[in-house]
Amino acid sequence: MSSTFVGMPAFPEAARAAVDDPTLRANLRHATHTIRAKRARAVAELADWAGLRAAGRRIKDHTLRHLDRYLEQLEASVTGAGGTVHWAADADEANRIVAGLVKETGESEVVKVKSMATQEIGLNEALEAEGIRAYETDLAELIVQLGKDRPSHILVPAIHRNRGEIRDIFAHEMAAWGRPAPENLTDTPADLAEAARLHLREKFLRAKVGISGANFMVAETGTLVVVESEGNGRMCLTLPETLISVVGIEKIVPTWRDLEVFLQTLPRSATAERMNPYTSTWTGTTDEDGPRAFHLVLLDNGRTDALADRVGRQALRCIRCSACLNVCPVYERAGGHAYGSVYPGPIGAILTPQLRGTASEIDASLPYASSLCGACYEVCPVAIDIPEVLVHLRERVVEGGPAVRRGNKVVLRPARGHAAERAAMRAAAWAFGHPSALRTGQRLASRSRRLHPRALPGPGRAWSGTRDLPAVPAEPFRDWWLRTRGGKDAK
Amino acid sequence: MNSRERILGRVRRALADVPPDERPYEEAVPRDYLREHGKRTVEETVELLAENLADYRAIVHRADAEELPLLVMRLLAAHGSQEAVVPPELPPWWTAAADLVRIHDRAADTPQRLDRVGSVVTGCAVAIAETGTVVLDGSPDQGRRRISLVPDHHICVVRVPEQVVASVPQALERLDPTRPLTWISGPSATSDIELDRVEGVHGPRTLEVILLDG
Amino acid sequence: MRVALFLTCVNDALYPETGKAVVKLLTRLGVEVDFPMGQTCCGQAHYNTGYRHEAEPLARRFAEVFGEYEAVVTPSGSCGAMVRELYPRMGERARAEGRGDSLARTLAPVVPRTYELTEFLVDVLGVTDVGAWYPHTVTYHPTCHGLRGLGLGERPHRLLAAVRGLDLVELPGAEECCGFGGTFAVKNAAVSAAMGADKVRNAESTGAEVLCAADNSCLMHIGGTLSRLRAGVRPVHIAEILASTEEDPAL
Repeated sequence: MSSTFVGMPAFPEAARAAVDDPTLRANLRHATHTIRAKRARAVAELADWAGLRAAGRRIKDHTLRHLDRYLEQLEASVTGAGGTVHWAADADEANRIVAGLVKETGESEVVKVKSMATQEIGLNEALEAEGIRAYETDLAELIVQLGKDRPSHILVPAIHRNRGEIRDIFAHEMAAWGRPAPENLTDTPADLAEAARLHLREKFLRAKVGISGANFMVAETGTLVVVESEGNGRMCLTLPETLISVVGIEKIVPTWRDLEVFLQTLPRSATAERMNPYTSTWTGTTDEDGPRAFHLVLLDNGRTDALADRVGRQALRCIRCSACLNVCPVYERAGGHAYGSVYPGPIGAILTPQLRGTASEIDASLPYASSLCGACYEVCPVAIDIPEVLVHLRERVVEGGPAVRRGNKVVLRPARGHAAERAAMRAAAWAFGHPSALRTGQRLASRSRRLHPRALPGPGRAWSGTRDLPAVPAEPFRDWWLRTRGGKDAK
Repeated sequence: MNSRERILGRVRRALADVPPDERPYEEAVPRDYLREHGKRTVEETVELLAENLADYRAIVHRADAEELPLLVMRLLAAHGSQEAVVPPELPPWWTAAADLVRIHDRAADTPQRLDRVGSVVTGCAVAIAETGTVVLDGSPDQGRRRISLVPDHHICVVRVPEQVVASVPQALERLDPTRPLTWISGPSATSDIELDRVEGVHGPRTLEVILLDG
Repeated sequence: MRVALFLTCVNDALYPETGKAVVKLLTRLGVEVDFPMGQTCCGQAHYNTGYRHEAEPLARRFAEVFGEYEAVVTPSGSCGAMVRELYPRMGERARAEGRGDSLARTLAPVVPRTYELTEFLVDVLGVTDVGAWYPHTVTYHPTCHGLRGLGLGERPHRLLAAVRGLDLVELPGAEECCGFGGTFAVKNAAVSAAMGADKVRNAESTGAEVLCAADNSCLMHIGGTLSRLRAGVRPVHIAEILASTEEDPAL
């Protein structure tokens, strides 16, 4: 994945900094609470939501379980419709393919539709190194690009910015990239949107190469689908002469009909709308309408490693709606940057360690970035059991074991940092297997209870820095039960 | 080994646990969801379309064949458009009353040229009541995708009731996937600032939908 | 009906009053309660921290200790969810690892017979008015495993609403996690504490004297936060409220 995040601190440290940032906390709280309530209303409108969710899950599961067949079918359909299909095993290869295609056109700038796949592979940086300037055209991506910032949300990458901050970024940075922001720009969302419209207009009108991802690819027809709101997607998909779409191999659905599920569940889960303002579908190229050349770059970059994990593969069902981020109490307080990946939040915590592995400190810490409260699973429109995968990945971190990395079978070693915890867990498991030993321990604790502090020194401060410890009772329950014969005797 | 073979090989190895005789697609995917939400008369479905279009800030009008040319004239004049793009087979009588320079949808026109045009008038392929959506499929009464994108004012005529369906599943049944499709639900909008929805970004900032009673 | 109390290791050691309350309540409702002395821990903390293999012997012990009872009642949403949701999954995983059906078969009998306390009262005994008296203003925090894991729904509310003297007030943001999450509370202490502080603020905003939940693990975290922030709200397990009567009131 992108090198942008190399050297990130582990999640707990990064999250601590975010928790202590009052502006960030307020921005995230406001945005996530706004969308939570709206999503709940949009979903409640559909009496058959559970059926749609189950169908979405099964369509994706079936596709993943027969992905080789559907990839070949998709390749044939896209090629038959006039497109060219490329295969990229990893980020470097995808970047090389895209840079090569852009150079063939003789152009030195491209306009981009917001795309997680191109964020993941660090395409903009790779193109820059080849002398090609990539303009992000989604409003939030523009804010991030102009602010020399990193995305912090899948759907709304600038969610960590409030309107005042956005106004300042536009006012100070737009001029360096093209048309400056209007004089006396206010911080009303309508004015900010207008400023983006004016700034990007000239870039859209002169663009010769567009780069996109896709929300869905239909194997039987070779159709690609982009779901968006602003119209920047339509600009990039229809005005340029060449269109290059970089899409993860898991984005396939078998049939045209399958879209009837996702075009209902995605908008309501993402922006809480009955339907997003614009959805574009295209199948290869169309004579005298839109790009004359269409290239599809199918991206693996760790997806087949996730596919090899029977528990973890369900993460590949994800349709990138962000509902799990918006509902997550940890994301709300830690913010997206703490996850050290373009995929933050609950889905990022299960996707990133599968795509990148668990070798780095940040990636090994991600499966623990959750209280397992289950709100993410509840809202997921394709029913990814995120807590189940989190726990599974925790097991991989502490126990190691067989996994697949870049297509090769490997045996992972247990993570070093967990040695003390592992010993404690084993000791506890032993004690719980020997009730008499457990009882002795409980009694010792009760007898010495007046000596127990309400706060702990050393590592125990992780608990008692903010919370008092409960008082140890005079007598554990089991002693009371024995003494009173289950309460039949006096108290 | 090329990357195609490498990736397909990885996929096949990853799926070693999948039995070869697994249930086929038709059986594996239950369709326990509705074809449409609620039972409505044809007129109620049209009313729902109007309501949902308006909910996302499209401006909705109703007209019969007699009223349509005057309505189109009025809307173009109100927008101050002297020029409007028209697709090749837009029924000429729709714009007959308007005192207008008709810019024909031609492949040779540059996006910059289109950007100087105030309005565009199109038909549509289908409209979806439950979501307040009109779908364009590039037919000759709708034109190339870009003509309904670059001008800032889009007038879209929906023939009711025949072009109106209740739901997304019903719309997909009617649409041809080989055509380039544009689904439009209200004017362009964004939720990118504080996840609050505001209308008016890159696409037409004014979407007017005329429900043409047949 | 032979009913076993699965008190949980946390309650046994730290919250014996909750156990006594369950015994008192069920006895009052005519249920004969047994407390098998071989019980220890369901293995939840191990499982959720990534030590599934260490949790397996604990699950086997649970199945042995409780296997002969018609019903196992626990005053803990999370431990109840461990048995009901995760024991079957542990069996499946062992099978997928080529270790046969032994674990799945051992665990299967206790899974459907294990009930969280409010479930047992409402679904098995069919009571919502348990004859309790508790003259306090109470707000209820539906813990994550109770709410989303077991789907307790309105059961706790119905039980509380029937308690004489009790004034039940809604907790804003009730469905949001308190931030405990087992080892999450120490592994991600900053976020956990921030979640706890928000929960406490919401509880205070209700004006309630008592914050009630059906899980002492969450109450340990919320209570520790309440005490540190010197908030005027007390954490009390729902069993202690339901056990309280005019003759023998809870403190």
